[in-house]
This record gives sequence, structure tokens and C-alpha cells, in this order.
Amino acid sequence: MTEKLTEKRSAAFAYAPAPESRSVVDIAPSYGLFIDGEFTEAADGKVFKTVSPSTEEVLSEVAQAGEADVERAVKAARKAFEKWSALPGSERAKYLFRIARIIQERSRELAVLETLDNGKPIKETRDADLPLVAAHFFYYAGWADKLDHAGFGASPRPLGVAGQVIPWNFPLLMLAWKIAPALATGNTVVLKPAETTPLSALFFADICRQAGLPKGVVNILPGYGDAGAALVAHPDVDKVAFTGSTAVGKEIARTVAGTSKKLTLELGGKGANIVFDDAPVDQAVEGIVTGIFFNQGQVCCAGSRLLVQESIQDELLDSLKRRLSTLRLGDPLDKNTDIGAINSAEQLARITALAERGEAEGAERWSPACELPTSGYWFAPTLFTNVTQAHTIARDEIFGPVLSVLTFRTPDEAVAKANNTQYGLSAGIWTEKGSRILAVAGKLRAGVIWSNTFNKFDPTSPFGGYKESGFGREGGRHGLEAYLDV
Amino acid sequence: MSDRTNERLSVFKTYKLYVGGKFPRSESGRVYEVTDSKGNWLANAPRSSRKDARDAVVAARKAFGGWSGATAYNRGQVLYRVAEMLEGRREQFVREVADAEGLSKSKAAAVVDATIDRWVWYAGWTDKIAQVIGGSNPVAGPFFNLSSPEPTGVVAVLAPQESSFLGLVSVLAPVIATGNTAVVVASEKSPLPALSLGEVLATSDVPGGVVNVLSGRTAEIAAPLAAHQDVNAIDLAGADAELAKELEISAADNLKRVLRPQAVDYSETPGTERMTAFLETKTVWHPTGSLGASGSSY
Repeated sequence: MTEKLTEKRSAAFAYAPAPESRSVVDIAPSYGLFIDGEFTEAADGKVFKTVSPSTEEVLSEVAQAGEADVERAVKAARKAFEKWSALPGSERAKYLFRIARIIQERSRELAVLETLDNGKPIKETRDADLPLVAAHFFYYAGWADKLDHAGFGASPRPLGVAGQVIPWNFPLLMLAWKIAPALATGNTVVLKPAETTPLSALFFADICRQAGLPKGVVNILPGYGDAGAALVAHPDVDKVAFTGSTAVGKEIARTVAGTSKKLTLELGGKGANIVFDDAPVDQAVEGIVTGIFFNQGQVCCAGSRLLVQESIQDELLDSLKRRLSTLRLGDPLDKNTDIGAINSAEQLARITALAERGEAEGAERWSPACELPTSGYWFAPTLFTNVTQAHTIARDEIFGPVLSVLTFRTPDEAVAKANNTQYGLSAGIWTEKGSRILAVAGKLRAGVIWSNTFNKFDPTSPFGGYKESGFGREGGRHGLEAYLDV
Repeated sequence: MSDRTNERLSVFKTYKLYVGGKFPRSESGRVYEVTDSKGNWLANAPRSSRKDARDAVVAARKAFGGWSGATAYNRGQVLYRVAEMLEGRREQFVREVADAEGLSKSKAAAVVDATIDRWVWYAGWTDKIAQVIGGSNPVAGPFFNLSSPEPTGVVAVLAPQESSFLGLVSVLAPVIATGNTAVVVASEKSPLPALSLGEVLATSDVPGGVVNVLSGRTAEIAAPLAAHQDVNAIDLAGADAELAKELEISAADNLKRVLRPQAVDYSETPGTERMTAFLETKTVWHPTGSLGASGSSY
């Protein structure tokens, strides 16, 4: 009887499919590199395919930048720098305001495009990525003619040509974080999007055209790691900004050693989400879910380690498991989808291997009943209990929907465990007591601390890491410094 | 039917006040003649009364909660929208400014362009002023301590008499960018650009009552505003020295924040002083506790 009731109830929660229309975006069969205001083929004619991770359908064929193309793009950016940096700040501001407005106008199209190329749910691209992208350009537009007030002295100067390499987890948002402050401060840019998600950056090139941005100010070079490495190493690049893995970040730091290049790095993380016994459990559960399952956990600041006070562990985990059972995994274009596809086969293999390692090392694995689609790259929401600090899944960044649960008894122990990592990007604190939040926040070695919330972003708020999560800040007034000669 | 010519007779606009998002005539029924620099008739502008001033304060107060409570980002978007609408009416303002200030078309165009850019400049300030003038304070104790600016409330603004549009926007935009609401008294001699600005604001996303525009005799309207107990601040830009002193004395009654008239070159990029003049600073303390052994002290 009770079983039947349960069945009925879950049936009542079944949603009809509600797919967002693909017709809002028109993807061309092929795209070039965007250099000096023109789309152009790669010098060696190489191309690569970009696929939709949820279906493995080929979306388009994209020119693949090589060393010769990096040369051309840097030259174009250098040439454009003279006039761009000499423009009054108020004129640069108006270009950026135009870009912000065009992004707002085209935001549904870009959201669908991003979901197709990246695999993340439409409700995230529509409600998080795109609004943040537009807001970021809007915010830095306003700084372009106010640099005297930013606290870096009178009339701070730009650096020159910025070489920027961005990841695939928030393709357009990471582009915005890089390009908006660079242009506002008077630099020109050469940007390399990730090889699995080149499309939104190429659409952005078209937005630059619509905005009438002078040619050469923004250059987009889709390609692989070799193009990124060539860009970072190019002698005429004055500024390097990278978001990605800690291993590559270290390699870049070695590459720029001995040069005058200014470097900012936004790298990996293993964020601790600390839940005290007085936390509001329902809110904390929502925060934990957001913390690790937002964007399938492919977030550098994910709350991938749950540190729960021992006395409430059972209650919290029961509640969390109940909540995970209601998550909808599937078609990223469906407006009801909570968990989309993993970005690539390579990333899926990495997540799979680390999860297997977790089991092998003795942690207890749990996932809700969850049917995975037959094509595309998918991984069910997963949590591990009985995790110790020595376990690989408590130490390595998994970059997937996998949560490692550890416990603590005292606040000191929570802080010690939270800080016991090579990383220091983010952390969460859940407690009703304000002084405890501030005391614990004061002891955490991490660049962003969320209290009774998680994964909050705003263009006015600086973001970046301690320790091996990188250095420099993006966003806010602080984010200007990375692109100024100060 | 022999008087038919090819020349079409134009339609005149009745210039009206802008109060609470509506366009009333003066409740007094009075108007005064506005002329161009050569003395040619341009319009009959409303000559606002004390009652119009009070109505405007009521509207501004009513709008304050929503406007000051909006996010800074939202206010920036709204102000930028105003710049977009201004750009669309550029020709109209060029004509009005040329008439009002006796400028050539090209000089008036330069003034209007500078005015639109000034809106854009202030639109960008909404979410930055707190980052420039606020911040955490390293007090000598276990306390989180943060100072943030907040708008002071309803601000009466006497717009500059000479610079009828650029000057007007240069004193109005900083007041509302930071979340205040405003009652603006237009240039007495040249009120038409200000009254037309009301039409722009009405078709932007600025909520009704955030900006209220009155025209008439500056001294007559300013007196009740300076004495009004529900006005928090007054910008005396458009008052001469004698009137300014009088108004400052009545403003002292409820300790209005007063910005005295000063020589300003409105073509220059301003500083932050017109924003900070109408901001309060709020400082919040909170104990940070410490990580004691008991676990109960934080």
C-alpha cells in the first residue's frame, strides 16, 4: 500500500519534456579564427570538430590555430593597441556598454548555443551564465572612464597585448571575465577558448562586429593547448591571464619566468563546505547541492568536500540523499533539467577513474537511482561517505558531480581539515551564528568564503584563490589591477 | 481657399511639469513666457507654486524606498537606458539648447553630446561608488567593521541657471545614481530642456517620482523646498549668493545636507563630490569571536 502511494507520488512529480527551442541559434557548418576583425582560416588549414556533449552530434568545424596564427593575432592586437589605448576612457566605455547591451539582446540565443556546446542545463546558461556575462561587461564599461578613482594612482596605464586562455566550464563567462577588464583599461586581447567549447567565443566575435569595435582589439583563436602555449610564450604579449588546471598554471608560470609579463592565474580548487550543528538543514542541503552539482560540479570553486559536524551527520545526509533523488539528469536543453552532460569524453574518463579510486581506497559510494542517456557523456550525482583526509577523492580536484563527505567535532578541527589542501579558492560556512561565521572565515585560507550560501558570483565582487588555486583577482575594483601597469 | 500654401503649420508642444511620473500643469494655473536669447517667444512654461513643490516632495518620498532599495546594478541599467533615450531625441535637445543658450547648432550639438556622455558616466558609478568610498575598517579588536554609503533621501536640486541641459544633468544624475530621489527646479530663464528631460525619463525605466521637474521662479519654489521638513538635502547650484544664504538658513531647521553654489565648468569631467554630498556613511560592527578551545565563544 505504502509502496503504491510512493509510486503515485513520484509519478505526480514526473514532468513533461519542456525543451528550449534550438531554432533561436543558427550554427554555421564551419568557423574561422577571428583575427584583425576578419574570420580567417588557420595558416596550415587545420580544423577540428566541436560536438554537443549530450548527444555527440557534431555542431560545427572550427579552424585550429597554430603558432603562425598566434603570430598574426598578436601582431593585429599590437597594432590595434596604439589607437585603442589612446581613446578617451569614455569612448572605450561606450563600446563596452554596446557589447553589454548586445549580449543582453542576444542572450537567449547565446544561452542555447552555450548549452549545446558545453552540455550544461539551459536553466543555468539562461539564468546564471548569460546574465553574469552581460553584467560583467556593463560593470567594467563603467570603469573605463573612472580609472583615476580606482585606487591605483592617477591615470594608470594599460599593459599592452593580453594573451588569455580560458576553460570550457563557463566558456562565455570566462571570456567576459578576461576581456571586459582588459578592454576597459585600454589593453587589446588575443583569447584562446577551450577546444571543446569554441563556439560562444566565435559568436562573441560577431558581437564585436555589431558593436563596431575597432578591428584587432579582440582576436579569438580557437585551438588546443599548443596554441595556448604559443600565445603565452609569445615575446610581444605583455600580460597573461589563464583559467584552468593547476598543472597547466604552473607550466605557464615557468614559461613567463624571467620576462616582464604580468601573470594572473585562476586554477583548481577543493572547496570545503562546512556545516555546523546549528545550521538550518534545509538551506544547507540546498547549498550543498548548488555547491557541488551546479554545472555538473565542473566548477573550480565547487564545494567538493562536505565537512559536517558529527552530531548532525545522519540527519543531514538523509536529507541530502532525499534531495539528490529529486534531481533531474538529462537533456540539457530541457528547462526542467538540473544535471546536464559532462563536457567531454576525456573529462568523463577522469571523473570515472577518480570515483573508482574512491571506492578502491575504501570510501562508501552512493548515487540516487538515475537513468543515464545512451549517447553523450554522463555521470550520475555521486556522494562518498567514510572519506578520510588521506583519500585521493578528498585531495584531488575531481571536477565532476562527486561529493566527498568528511566529519568534524570542533570548529578548530573543521578549520584544520578545510585548510588541509594544496588549494585555496573557496569555502562555505553554514551556521546561524554570525560571530562563528566571521571567526571561521578569518581562519580559512581561501579567496572566497560563502556564508549560508554558495556559488554566488557578481561582477563587483573579486574572485580568486590562495595557495595553488592561483593568484590575482578577477572581478570588482580589484580585477582592474591585473590589467594596469601598477 | 486661396491661402493654401505648401508650408505645413507645425504643432506646438505644451510644456508641463513632471511630478510623480505624470505631467501636470501647475496647480496654480500660472505660466510664464519663455523666450530665446533674442527675445522670441518659445513657450509658456508652468510657473510652479509652493503647493507644486510640496506635491513633488511627496512624490519623491514615495519613490525613495523602491529606488534606494533597487540594486546598484539595476539603477545603472536604468540610467544607461536614459542615455539611450536621450540619444534618440538628440535633435530635439540640440534645438532646445541652441534656443535656450543662444548657441550655434554645432555648439549646441557638442553640449548635448557631452550631456548624454555625462549620463553614461554616472550610470557607471552606481555600482562603484561604494567600492571607492566605502570599505572595511581594521579596528583594534575582534570585530568585523564595514562602512558603506547610503543615499540620504529626498534631495532638492536647484539646477544651474546658465547651463540649461549639461549643467542640469550634471547636478541631477549624481543625486539619483546613488539612490536618492530628486525634486529639480529648472533654470528659470531656460526651463525647456529640463521639462523635455521629464519626457525622456518617463519613457525610460526610471520609476515615477524618482525625478520631479518643476519650472517657474527659482526663489519662489526654492523657499518651501529649503524649509520642507521631509527634504533631506538641497543642492543650491542655481541660487545666487543672497538667495543661497537665505535657503541655507532655512535648511538648517532640519539639518539638511547643503551643497553651496560654486563655480563649476560643466564641460569638465566631474569628481565624486556631487555624489558624496548626498550620501550617508553607515558603519556596521559585528564580533568575530575567536577560535577558543571550548568551541562556544564564537
